[in-house]
Amino acid sequence: MSSPRELLTGWGNTAPSLAVVERPRSDSEVTSALQHDRVIARGLGRSYGDPAQCAGGTVVSNRGLWHLSPIDPDTGLITAGAGVSLDELLAVSIPAGFFVPVTPGTRQVTIGGAIAADIHGKNHHVEGSFMNHVTRLRLATPSGDLEVTPESDPALFWGTAGAMGLTGIVTEATIRLLPIETSWVSVDTERFENLDGVMDAMATGDHRYRYSVAWVDCMTSGPRLGRGVLTRGEHATADMLQGKAARSPLAPPGGTLLTVPITPPSGLLNRLSMSAFNEAWFRRAPKKADGELHSIGAFFHPLDGVAWWNRLHGHRGFLQYQFAVDDAHGDVVRQAIEVLSSERVPSFLAVLKRFGPGNPGPLSFPLEGWTLALDVPIGPPQLPSVLDRLDEMVAEAGGRLYLAKDSRLSPEMFATMYPRASELDAVRQRVDPDGILSSDLTRRIGLTPPA
Amino acid sequence: MQNAFGQPQSVLVLGGTSDIALAVVAKLAADRTKTVVLAGRNEERLAAAAATLKAAGATTVELVAMEASDPSSAAATVDAGIAAAGGSVDLVLIAVGLLGEQSTTEDDPSATIELFDVNLTWPAAALAALRTRLIAQGSGHVAVFSSVAGVRVRRANFSYGSTKAGLDAFTIGFADSVRSSGIKVQVIRPGFVHTKMTEGMKEIPFTTTAEVAADNIVKGLGSSAEVIWTPPILKAVFLVLRHLPAFAWRRMPG
Repeated sequence: MSSPRELLTGWGNTAPSLAVVERPRSDSEVTSALQHDRVIARGLGRSYGDPAQCAGGTVVSNRGLWHLSPIDPDTGLITAGAGVSLDELLAVSIPAGFFVPVTPGTRQVTIGGAIAADIHGKNHHVEGSFMNHVTRLRLATPSGDLEVTPESDPALFWGTAGAMGLTGIVTEATIRLLPIETSWVSVDTERFENLDGVMDAMATGDHRYRYSVAWVDCMTSGPRLGRGVLTRGEHATADMLQGKAARSPLAPPGGTLLTVPITPPSGLLNRLSMSAFNEAWFRRAPKKADGELHSIGAFFHPLDGVAWWNRLHGHRGFLQYQFAVDDAHGDVVRQAIEVLSSERVPSFLAVLKRFGPGNPGPLSFPLEGWTLALDVPIGPPQLPSVLDRLDEMVAEAGGRLYLAKDSRLSPEMFATMYPRASELDAVRQRVDPDGILSSDLTRRIGLTPPA
Repeated sequence: MQNAFGQPQSVLVLGGTSDIALAVVAKLAADRTKTVVLAGRNEERLAAAAATLKAAGATTVELVAMEASDPSSAAATVDAGIAAAGGSVDLVLIAVGLLGEQSTTEDDPSATIELFDVNLTWPAAALAALRTRLIAQGSGHVAVFSSVAGVRVRRANFSYGSTKAGLDAFTIGFADSVRSSGIKVQVIRPGFVHTKMTEGMKEIPFTTTAEVAADNIVKGLGSSAEVIWTPPILKAVFLVLRHLPAFAWRRMPG
């Protein structure tokens, strides 16, 4: 009885590879799934590159590992199966007056994926990354099932944060949720004509807000380089609501408004259309507005309103480039945007955030400083070498790329960017002595052998 | 493992002394390709090629013996090549080929047999051997050197041209047979290129150097095109030439 093989990619629809896909629904089925030569876990496949695919091996979907405990009203603790998505969790927790402590730009990520990537959100400067709010987790490893807490096994606990599945398959985790009074966010918006304006405002004012994010235009040049819209906010209290909203303050987030049912021909998104989009988006934002109420969905997860938006990038697919640099090297943000603009690489949806201190995870991405994330369609012939150049700039500045977004990093650059990667060796030797856990990503960046 | 641009980290060249193939690999070595296996017959040339590729950026270059005139050895060569690459390989280039001398070959059954063995039968056997290996790998990329000479065969080199026509058709069918398994297979159709194979021959329109051909081919390898023409203009040229009435085709120069 063999499971079918499926062609898998990440969200960017690039570098497909074929693997057997197992869909365990119990701990014993997870244990069987680990009896293969080459295995990696997969959640909802929102990583852009290839961390959740395994050429010639076995991919273990965590979606069948689904359960949700009651929320402890005093501590906000909830225990969830690794296959529960943030969308599913929020549908239940928001009406009960609780939010997730960290959310990325989409709700379509699983708890297991959130841990494996150690995701971050718009509140990293205040609250850190996802793993900071996990109190315990269960890990299925080739050496057996383990109950892991930061106290009982800090090396394995923090080693798992951002390790992209290399320490085992998360089956369950307990998370501390954030109490909220309403499902609205009070938002201050400000528009800046250039990057300096945006970055100054963030550096001086972010500490006053729980949430902060800037959208930055990477296609303008000269004095308008990096013009942006900065939105910062805090969960709205009940007294801020009026009318219908006040009567149901904890209404759950919206569902899908639109969908992209097929993949349109490549070229729908090109320099012209993206420039036009950027201009429209920039003009649409108010120059300055304070205390506006946005729904949780609109503030945190704007793209979730369009299902399969990644298809708009056409058959060639696209990639995301996200890096982090410390405050001493904040000028790398400007330099990166200058390179993209001068090399005429079309990109929209460039997001700039501040990071607070990182956590002990050797492969956890956030480090205190700045992070810039951008979407780039695959097509411009200069793109591979432009990104290699950005890699060098980031590495030289002591920064690194986010593995959950990466689809083209070289082994040499990875080693430079994550000098603490070898700290994971002892842990992996313990939980996975035969080295069966590997993905296309880990083979590509040299974390596991190439063959 | 290939990346989102389809850039390979390991390459196996079957026909490892081909000038064009080596120029291609040298460019790939400047990007992500660090492990190269060259399968060929001439040890001296292979060693020289290895040195060039190391200078171009490859960290490991392994050499494997290959006898293209013996199609029954193709499977073993494929196995040895993949083993030398470490057990799996991202890109396989099939660049084996003999031009032959039309005026003598057409009267010579043994020469004709050898031409077909080297240019068509050996590569077809190699592809048959690669098929299961690559499907088991779950990802992979093959590019086969055909030629414009196979698009529409001319009297002037019909022996060579027809072997390339056969290889071309075989490869396209092969490509379709592995498409759903995540294996990308492409046919490369170079026009006239200045290499040791064409040394001393009269130049014809749209001739390029190996360097330019390699540039075009590397671009093509990164695309999803089923056929890579070099130079690209030949695609349009042959769209027309294909449909010339026979009497006009027979009058074509060369």
